[in-house]
Amino acid sequence: MADVLTTPAPAAVAVAGRSDRWRRMWRRFYRKPMSLTGLILVVLFLLLALLGPALFGDPTAVHFDDVLGAPSGAHLLGTDDLGRDQLARIASGARVSLEAGVLSTALAMVVGIPIGLVAGFYRRYLDSVVMRAVDVVLSFPFLVFAVGLAAILGPSLRNVVFALGVSQIPAIVRITRGEVLSVREQDFVAGAIADGANDATILFRYVLPNAANALIVQATVAIPAAIIGEATLSFLGLGVQPPTPSWGVMLTTAQQFLSQAPWLAVWPGVMIAVTTLGFNLLGDGLRDVIDPRSAR
Amino acid sequence: MGWYLLRRLGAAVIVVLIASVVVFLGVRALPGDPAVVLAGENPTPQVIASIREQYGLDKPLPVQYFDYLKHLVTGDLGQSTQDKLPVSQILANRIPVTLELAVLAMLVAIVVGVLFGTIAAARRGKFSDYTATGFGLLGLSVPHFWLGLLAILLFAVKLRWLPASGYVPFSENPAQNLERMILPAVVLGTGFAAVLMRQTRSAMLGALSADYVRTARSKGLSGPRVVGVHALRNSLTTVVTVLGLQLGGLISGAVVTEQIFVIPGFGKLTVDAVLTRNYPVIEAVVLVTVVGYIVVNLLVDVAYAALNPRIRLAGATNG
Amino acid sequence: MTQQRSAAGRRAGTPLLSVEDLHVSFGTEDGLVQAVKGVSLTLAPGEILALCGESGSGKSVTAMSVPRLLPPTARVSGAVRLDGRDLVQLNASELRALRGSDVSVVFQEPMTSLNPSFTVGFQITEVLHRHEKLSRRAARARAVELLELVGIPDPAGRLKEYPHQLSGGMRQRVMIAIAVACEPRILIADEPTTALDVTIQAGVLDVFRSLRDRLGTAIVLITHDLGVVADIADRVAVMYAGRIVEQAEVTELFARPLHPYTRGLLGALPSAARLDGTQRRRLREIPGMVPAPYSDPDECPFAPRCPIAADDCTASRPSLDRQGDGDGHLAACFHPGLSTVEAVDA
Ligand SMILES: Nc1ncnc2c1ncn2[C@@H]1O[C@H](COP(=O)(O)OP(=O)(O)OP(=O)(O)O)[C@@H](O)[C@H]1O
Ligand code: SF4
Ligand SMILES: [Mg+2]
Repeated sequence: MADVLTTPAPAAVAVAGRSDRWRRMWRRFYRKPMSLTGLILVVLFLLLALLGPALFGDPTAVHFDDVLGAPSGAHLLGTDDLGRDQLARIASGARVSLEAGVLSTALAMVVGIPIGLVAGFYRRYLDSVVMRAVDVVLSFPFLVFAVGLAAILGPSLRNVVFALGVSQIPAIVRITRGEVLSVREQDFVAGAIADGANDATILFRYVLPNAANALIVQATVAIPAAIIGEATLSFLGLGVQPPTPSWGVMLTTAQQFLSQAPWLAVWPGVMIAVTTLGFNLLGDGLRDVIDPRSAR
Repeated sequence: MGWYLLRRLGAAVIVVLIASVVVFLGVRALPGDPAVVLAGENPTPQVIASIREQYGLDKPLPVQYFDYLKHLVTGDLGQSTQDKLPVSQILANRIPVTLELAVLAMLVAIVVGVLFGTIAAARRGKFSDYTATGFGLLGLSVPHFWLGLLAILLFAVKLRWLPASGYVPFSENPAQNLERMILPAVVLGTGFAAVLMRQTRSAMLGALSADYVRTARSKGLSGPRVVGVHALRNSLTTVVTVLGLQLGGLISGAVVTEQIFVIPGFGKLTVDAVLTRNYPVIEAVVLVTVVGYIVVNLLVDVAYAALNPRIRLAGATNG
Repeated sequence: MTQQRSAAGRRAGTPLLSVEDLHVSFGTEDGLVQAVKGVSLTLAPGEILALCGESGSGKSVTAMSVPRLLPPTARVSGAVRLDGRDLVQLNASELRALRGSDVSVVFQEPMTSLNPSFTVGFQITEVLHRHEKLSRRAARARAVELLELVGIPDPAGRLKEYPHQLSGGMRQRVMIAIAVACEPRILIADEPTTALDVTIQAGVLDVFRSLRDRLGTAIVLITHDLGVVADIADRVAVMYAGRIVEQAEVTELFARPLHPYTRGLLGALPSAARLDGTQRRRLREIPGMVPAPYSDPDECPFAPRCPIAADDCTASRPSLDRQGDGDGHLAACFHPGLSTVEAVDA
């Protein structure tokens, strides 16, 4: 990356060097078994979320003749207290998790990136105000925020996405701002400014492409955080409402029948953990590729 | 450092005031008669009347706000709509429970996280490093509440070593109290231990490659002294920073953990209040969280300054 | 003055330290890096030996092999004898007992070599407590003395200060105070003045000199600065690509450099006598690249860059041999002392 940044005509060089650069990054990425494992787990999760609901049947079909069934040929993961197939519910739960993860991260990016760009770019006027606000929000207990929201608007997936998205905004603002500040220091940007390029050109041609890497890595942090957040809120009854199958909701049921049907507690949790692990591994791998110095 | 603290304190007061306005307006923004809303699920005429009186709901908003502030300052947080107890009394009962849980969890996190982070860094690339790093990644990925369920399943349902849930005040029976708190504290602490371990490891790797560590080695100091005194001392600021950033998560985590282990603390109060639309309690809970959060952050900053001679001494000479 | 000094230094009886056929390599992702390939050296009590050479020539690795302050990836073979005891064979705890007491080190980076979180007093007394049974009070008193010795004003007051409150020169003096606290027999100073400005450099060199004079400490001084070499060293060893290519008394080397590499480094020097520690005189850059440290073909490693290289130079590798009339002048070259013009004629 550095060689691209320091050359005088970055746009041209970037295009010429791109395929080569991607190949180099990919090689560094897949040489590490951990990163590759992460990628595979994430892809499997996406496949399950996108195709699963169609493959594994109706997650809300009730069978009172087969409640709390142990895993069997007919129901690979067993059935819950209403005789609903756990496998079908896991698959639909993946869809819900994906929605929560992607939508809330998208929300955070849509709001956070412009704020970060503006704060970093018009440093003199807005920076300190924005950053102070970010500091306040940064580690405020998101759950308490979500709880307040659920109290006012009532529990729903939409509110969960909103609460999760808002809680991710500060991180996005920080990262974007940091990238703006470092890119501004680069010679070619200073040159472009001197040549009279307008702010929009500089932001979209130079700053955003450079910030993209860091933001992608942040997405691998934000999405699993949101998946856990959604599951947690739903588990508490403050998120997705039954009968919609969310992994959190499934665990609420499992808690009630912990001694009669312990298997109910296994798979939703394994799914959350494995999905999160996949994103974490993928994120660590991407970080190594994008910024080898951080690889320790 | 005094001046620095004063500035931080000023900022804290402002944030608390802002939070109080937000909470105040939040409840009043709800559709319908605020008195009815505040009365919750079973709005008896007496409750509504007492709320009207408490909040002065017929007066203009600014006046209401100042009344509300006046009540706040005198410690009057209103009355719970569920059991008709003063909210301040409920909080006084619940907060110490959560504090105990949080402190125990922090202890678990610090001991496990810092210890294994340090070992992993000192034995980088060796088996113990991979093991610690692997568990760290796993700890990050497993949600608290599922870990709690598994712990109950294993230790209470299957092995019957520990009671599944319930709470005994420390003052009543310290042994039973700890017996019931240990599982929740470990469950809550695990996630933070994982974060702390990763950060400690990376900070320690940086410290161990620093020139001053080489100097320490050249003095003939033992390995544990080089790692545990010279390198670790410089990584502690990172540890404190991470702890500070994790506070929000700790509070969120306590909410869930209390729910699973049925511990009558602040977190359970919060969830129960939302599920029963107990608005006076919700108001108080949010406000207390903000205040507590700010106070602890302030303490973190003080600890940070105390650990770093640069900041400590700069403050000392400036006033 | 220079004359007198070198005579006093070298011939003082049996060597204190003798390095014999030292090899050091590092296992890395790209293969085995041979950093030191057969270095032999001796050091007499009270002698100051300068190690010179380009960056990457193996000076630091050679010197740090003595207290074995090398990364865990290092593989060391050969012998490093201190009073006849082979340090290469010592186990970890024996080495620790040696470090900071018999052999101590002053590092290149004064700004970062002290621990920012501890006071100067702590960092000095720490090494005293490690190696000597001293009460707190005695250690403190000793620390004050040491700071006085290295020329720090108000030593008692400085003990309570943190590194960030000191200037670079002061920090380097504290480093030296730590290094000499237990009166080491060998002091290794790795570019101790490179980061300092010239006036402070002169002061640091004075500290080294008085140390040698008072305690008889032998010093291995790694430096790029010919002014420093001329000012303080008794003997010079020039390293190239992991080997010593020339070694001589300081006046001899400046007067009669034999190896083409040394000649290149010295450039057109006026004379050694006119150099002293108040001037900077960096080694000259020599065109060309240091050979890659992964392979070691059987030829003169300097041949690709040597202005007088001849056919025999790539046929085998010259060994470090005694040159001239037995004055301890060694050089590893098939055509020692030949000038460029002579080489063209031949
Ligand atoms: N830890 C290590 N791992 C791999 N190679 C190393 C390591 N330390 C040193 N080397 C290699 O050993 C060779 C000699 O290094 P050394 O530090 O001794 O050089 P130097 O002469 O002290 O140079 P400088 O003047 O820059 O300090 C170099 O090629 C260097 O790359
Ligand atoms: S041996 Fe030959 S190549 Fe090597 S230094 Fe001497 S003259 Fe030059
Ligand atoms: Mg060196």
